[in-house]
Amino acid sequence: MFGKIISFISVWAIPFLLFIVPLLAIKNKVKVYESFIDGAKGGFDVAVKIIPYLVAILVAIGMFRASGAMDIFVKLISPVTDFIGMPAETLPAALMRPLSGSGTLGLATELMKEHGPDSFAGRLVSTFFGSTETTFYVIAVYFGAVGIKKTRHAIPAGLIGDLAGLLAALFICKIVFVS
Amino acid sequence: MLNYIWFALIIIALIVGAINGKIEDVTKAAFEYAGIAVEIAIGLIGIMALWLGIMNIAQEAGMVKVLARAIKPISKRLFPEIPPEHPAMGAMILNIAANWLGLSNAATPLGLKAMEELQKLNEEKDTASNAMATFLALNTASITLIPATIIAVRTTLGSADPAEIIGTTIFASGCACIVAVTATKLLQRLPIFRIEKTVTESADKESINDSKKGEGK
Repeated sequence: MFGKIISFISVWAIPFLLFIVPLLAIKNKVKVYESFIDGAKGGFDVAVKIIPYLVAILVAIGMFRASGAMDIFVKLISPVTDFIGMPAETLPAALMRPLSGSGTLGLATELMKEHGPDSFAGRLVSTFFGSTETTFYVIAVYFGAVGIKKTRHAIPAGLIGDLAGLLAALFICKIVFVS
Repeated sequence: MLNYIWFALIIIALIVGAINGKIEDVTKAAFEYAGIAVEIAIGLIGIMALWLGIMNIAQEAGMVKVLARAIKPISKRLFPEIPPEHPAMGAMILNIAANWLGLSNAATPLGLKAMEELQKLNEEKDTASNAMATFLALNTASITLIPATIIAVRTTLGSADPAEIIGTTIFASGCACIVAVTATKLLQRLPIFRIEKTVTESADKESINDSKKGEGK
């Protein structure tokens, strides 16, 4: 039921916005077409401005992925994940989560193919895939768009959030799916 | 921060790639991802223009202000430095709403619009302000109400109940969001994350002029 309500809102939110915004604007005597053009002009600039930031981040992450360095990190961290009862096979996807959305989705899909989407590991990766965004991508794009180079505490805070999402996913999946 | 992480990613990739005999793959990945980055950015142009256009109409009609006024009690606490009726607030609310609903095509353009507005209030133009970091936390650890992508994957793989992870995802993303926002509020006070003020007044003016020139181009 809850799921249905949310997906209904998701489907209708944009059509509703595209309807209500011009309607209220016309009512307030805004020249909607000219106003749209004025705003839309900025689209190109923003997109072009983020290119160097995105290239920097994605190239570094792409190289890291291709080198196989992730396996080393998995080995280093696996004692900790064993201790908290996190299935070892979910660790690569968890480490990939803040770096690459498509990479994580690939790993999650592979895992579910092998262990089944309804296995504990399958449910766990499904949960933490949706629980946070790709931190480094968001930081590159958002800060890149306004030319911020000193990111201060944004990255540590984002990564702390990722870790919290992972632990919360493990905690709730154990409660909901194990007993 | 990004300096060290970026450097570490590249150096680790090169060393481990050399040891693993995958150095050619690493080089290939570098070029491939440089291309992907541009594709992503170019792909943004259209939807960016669409949403910036709609946002401009909403702003001129005074709707963004109404929206911002409605959530003033929350926004005052999350973003004490931002005037409650500043356009930044309206854009941030719409971005967060789009994120929660999983409308990523709308969320990014609205988020970038919000960043532009936040940058207008930012004194050190190359440094993230407290409000920006908090806003980023709301984005990197956004609440997910419908994890549409993973539900689709689970369906294809023959799950008995593909949507069963909605509840757990809402819980986990809610925790991530609260923790990330709290973390920005605590970390922003630490000395290592303090904003480095430009030293002398003349240098200050120069940097402002530079940034203006940059915008004019």
